[in-house]
Amino acid sequence: QTHLLSLSLQAKMSRPVQARRLEGIDKNIWVEFVKLAATYSTVNLGQGFPDFPPPDFLKEAFVRALSGENHMLHQYTRAFGHPPLVKILAQFFGKLLGRDLDPMTNVMVTVGAYQALFCCFQAFVDDGDEVIIIEPFFDCYEPMVKMAGGMPVFVPLRPKAPKDGKLMSSADWQLDPAELASKFSDRTKAIVLNSPNNPLGKVFSRGELEVIADLCVKYDVLCISDEVYEWLVYDGKEHIRIASLQGMWDRTVIIGSAGKTFSATGWKVGWTVGPNRLLQHLCTVHQNSVYHCATAAQEAVAQGFQRELKLYGKPESYFVQLPKELQQKRDWLVQSLDAVGMKPIIPEGTYFLVADISEFKSDVPDVPDSDEPYDSRFAKWMVKNKGLAAIPLSAFYCGAHKNNYNHFIRFCFAKEEATLKAANDILQKWKREKTNP
Amino acid sequence: VEFTKVAADPSIVNLGQGLPDISPPSYVKEELAKVAAVDRLNQYTRGFGHPSLVKALSQVYERVCGRKIDPLTDILVTVGAYGSLFSTIQALIEEGDEVIIIEPFYDCYEPMVKMAGAKPVFIPLRNKNDGNSASSADWVLDPAELANKFNSKTKAIILNTPHNPIGKVFTREELQVIADLCIKHDTLCISDEVYEWLVYKGNKHIKIATLPGMWERTITIGSAGKTYSVTGWKLGWSIGPQNLIKHLQVVHQNTLYTCPTPLQEALAQAFGIDYKRMDDPDCYFYSLSRELESKRDRMAQLLQEAGLKPVIPDGGYFMIVDVSTLNVDLSDVDDKQPYDYKFVKWMITSKKLSAIPLSAFCGPETKRQFEKYIRFCFIKKDSTLDAAEVILKNWNKQTA
Repeated sequence: QTHLLSLSLQAKMSRPVQARRLEGIDKNIWVEFVKLAATYSTVNLGQGFPDFPPPDFLKEAFVRALSGENHMLHQYTRAFGHPPLVKILAQFFGKLLGRDLDPMTNVMVTVGAYQALFCCFQAFVDDGDEVIIIEPFFDCYEPMVKMAGGMPVFVPLRPKAPKDGKLMSSADWQLDPAELASKFSDRTKAIVLNSPNNPLGKVFSRGELEVIADLCVKYDVLCISDEVYEWLVYDGKEHIRIASLQGMWDRTVIIGSAGKTFSATGWKVGWTVGPNRLLQHLCTVHQNSVYHCATAAQEAVAQGFQRELKLYGKPESYFVQLPKELQQKRDWLVQSLDAVGMKPIIPEGTYFLVADISEFKSDVPDVPDSDEPYDSRFAKWMVKNKGLAAIPLSAFYCGAHKNNYNHFIRFCFAKEEATLKAANDILQKWKREKTNP
Repeated sequence: VEFTKVAADPSIVNLGQGLPDISPPSYVKEELAKVAAVDRLNQYTRGFGHPSLVKALSQVYERVCGRKIDPLTDILVTVGAYGSLFSTIQALIEEGDEVIIIEPFYDCYEPMVKMAGAKPVFIPLRNKNDGNSASSADWVLDPAELANKFNSKTKAIILNTPHNPIGKVFTREELQVIADLCIKHDTLCISDEVYEWLVYKGNKHIKIATLPGMWERTITIGSAGKTYSVTGWKLGWSIGPQNLIKHLQVVHQNTLYTCPTPLQEALAQAFGIDYKRMDDPDCYFYSLSRELESKRDRMAQLLQEAGLKPVIPDGGYFMIVDVSTLNVDLSDVDDKQPYDYKFVKWMITSKKLSAIPLSAFCGPETKRQFEKYIRFCFIKKDSTLDAAEVILKNWNKQTA
C-alpha cells in the first residue's frame, strides 16, 4: 500500500528532486577509473597517490597526538585552523614569500586542497562570472566553477615540437600569450593557475607567470593558485610563487596540501594563504559547509612543518629528499616508457608524467563516431588486458576539447621501486608481444 | 565562532560550546593509533566512504532501522554531520524552495538554507505549560501551526531529534504528525539525529525514516563526534534511499571528494566492537548515555539550588535554563542585544562561567521569545562540573 502511495506521489512531483546546481557535474572520471583499477590492475599508476608511506617523523607525530595525555586533540579545534598549524604555516610561507603573515587572518586550513578550491569558487564566483582554466587541468576545476554558477573559459597549453631526437619536456607545452590575452574580459573574475601542473608536470617559468600576472593586474582578476606540488620540482628548477610577483599578493589565494607535501593524501589537510580581504570570504564559506577540520592530523602536520622549518634547505629536509627520490623514479619510468615506444613528456615537476601512446594504437582499434575519447578507451583496455592502470589525458580537458589530445595517458610515479619495476615488466612483455605476435 | 573565542580563556568554566572534555573510550583512541601505523591507510580511500566504515554503518543501522541498507549506495560519509547537512542541502534544495526549520535550531541550518538560495520558514517549539517548564517534553509543535507552514514551495523540513538545544526527544506521535505532512505535501525530511544514542530513562529515540512512507523521502544524519565523544574527528554520515543519496554523492565529489582515511578505518573498527555488543548494556552507545544521565541530574540540581530554572532534557547533552528568575538587571548594557546575550557576557565576566544564549538558535521573529534562556553543555568531566558547582553555590552569596 505504501509502495503505491509513493508511486502516485512521485507521479505528482513534476520537478526533479535534485538542485539545478548539480546539472552537468554528476559525472566524475575518478569514480569510474578508481573502480577499474581496484578491479583489474596489478600495477596502479593511475590515481595520484604515493604507494610508499609518509615519512616516519610525520607518522610518529600523529601517533603522539592520538595517544598523548592531551585527549582534547580528539575534540574540535579552532574552525579556521588549529593554532599550532596556522602559526607554523604563517611562519613558513611568510619566509618563502618575504612577508609578515598573520596566522589568524592570512591562513585558513581546509579538508585537503580540494576543499580549498571549493571555498575559493564558492566565495568568489557569481552567476555569470567567467573563470579562465588552463588546459590540461585537474578535472575538478570545471565542475566547481559550474556549481558556483560561473562560466569556465578554457585556454590550452600547446605543445611545441621537440628538437630532433629529443624527448619532449613539459616545458615545451606553452600558452600563446595573445591567445591567453584574448580570454580576458570584463566578465573575467578569476584565473586558475596550477604550477607545478597536473597532469603535464609543467613548472611555469618566471616569464610565463609574468604574462599571467600582467593580465590579472590589467583586468583586475583574481588568481587561484593551486600549488600543491610546490616541493616536487626537478633538475634544479625553481618553483616560483605567482603571489610574489608585482601586484599579485593582493589578488591571489595560494593553495597547498599536506597530502602532497608529506605523502599523506589520506589525511586530507590543506590550506589557503592570502590577504585577509580574500581569506575572510573563504572563512565564510568554510564555516557554512564544513566548519572544523579534524584536529589530530592538523597537530601532526604542524609538527611536520616545524621540523622542516628547522631543516629548511638542508639535505635532511624532507622537502629536499622527496624530490630527489622522485626525480630518480621519474627517470626510471621515462626510460621504461621510452624503451618500449611510448613517448614520455619529461615533467619538470609533480609526480605525474604523460606519455604519447600512438605507437600502441594498433592494440586498440579506432571506433569512428565513438562518444568516448580514444585515450579513455585505450586506458580502459590497458587496465583490463595488461593490468596496468593509467589515466587518459582527455580526462583533463573540457568536453569540447576531449579529442584534441587524445593519444596520451598519464602515469603517476610516486611509487615504490618494486611497483615501477613491475610496470616495466608489463611494458616490456607488451612490447615483445607486439614484435613477435 | 563568536562565543568560542570569548570562552577560550582557561580561567572560565566552559559549559558553552558542545564539546566533551571527557575522554573518548580508550579502545577508540587505540584503534586510531593502530591504524596510523598501516602505510596504505595514510592515502586516499573511496570517495563516498571508506569501505570498512560504510559496511560497519550499514550493519549497525540495518539493525536499528530493521531494513536493508546498501553500504555503497545508501550511505555517504562526510566531514562531520555538519558536512552531511551541507551536502544534503546543496544537493536537494533549490533557489526559491522553502525549508521548514523548527526553532530553536542548531544555528547552521539557517545560513546553509540561505546559501542554497532557499527561504527558511520558521516554526517555534512552544512551551505547553506556559511559563512553567520542567522538562524538554513540555516543548511541542502546534500541529495546526505546523500544517500552515507547508505549501507547494516547501521542499524539506529539517528535524533534529534528540534536539539541540532543548534536548527534546520527539515521540512517535509527534513524528507521525510531521510524517503525515511530508507525505501529503511530498516534502523531504532532513533528520539530524546526531544525539541518537543520548536518550535518558523513559525515552526512546525513534527514526522518522522508519515510519511508513518516510524512508524514500528522508536523509538521516549521524555523527561519530557525538557517538564516540570524538568531535575532533569530524566524521559524519548521511543514510537514505539511493535516489536521494546519489545527489549528495555528486555534491561530495565536487566539494572535498574524500574524508580522511585513518579516521574512517578507526571508526569502522570501533563500530565493529560496539555492533557485536548491541545486546549488551556495556555497549558504548548505552553506557555513555547512562554516564551522561547522572551528569544531567547533577547539573540540574546545582542549577536549581542556585535559583535557576533548568529544563530537564530527555536527550542530548545540553540543558536550557531560564535565568529570568535571577532578575539580573542589565538594562544599562547595550539594549539592542537580546537579554540572554547580555546575560551570558555578564556571567562570563563576573562569574567565570560560560554558556550559549538561546537566541543564537532562533530566527529573527522568535529571539525575544527565547531570550530568558541560556544553554549549558554537560558532557564534561567531574572536575569541570565541580568547578561549575563552586560557582553556582557561591552565586547567590555574591549577588545578595
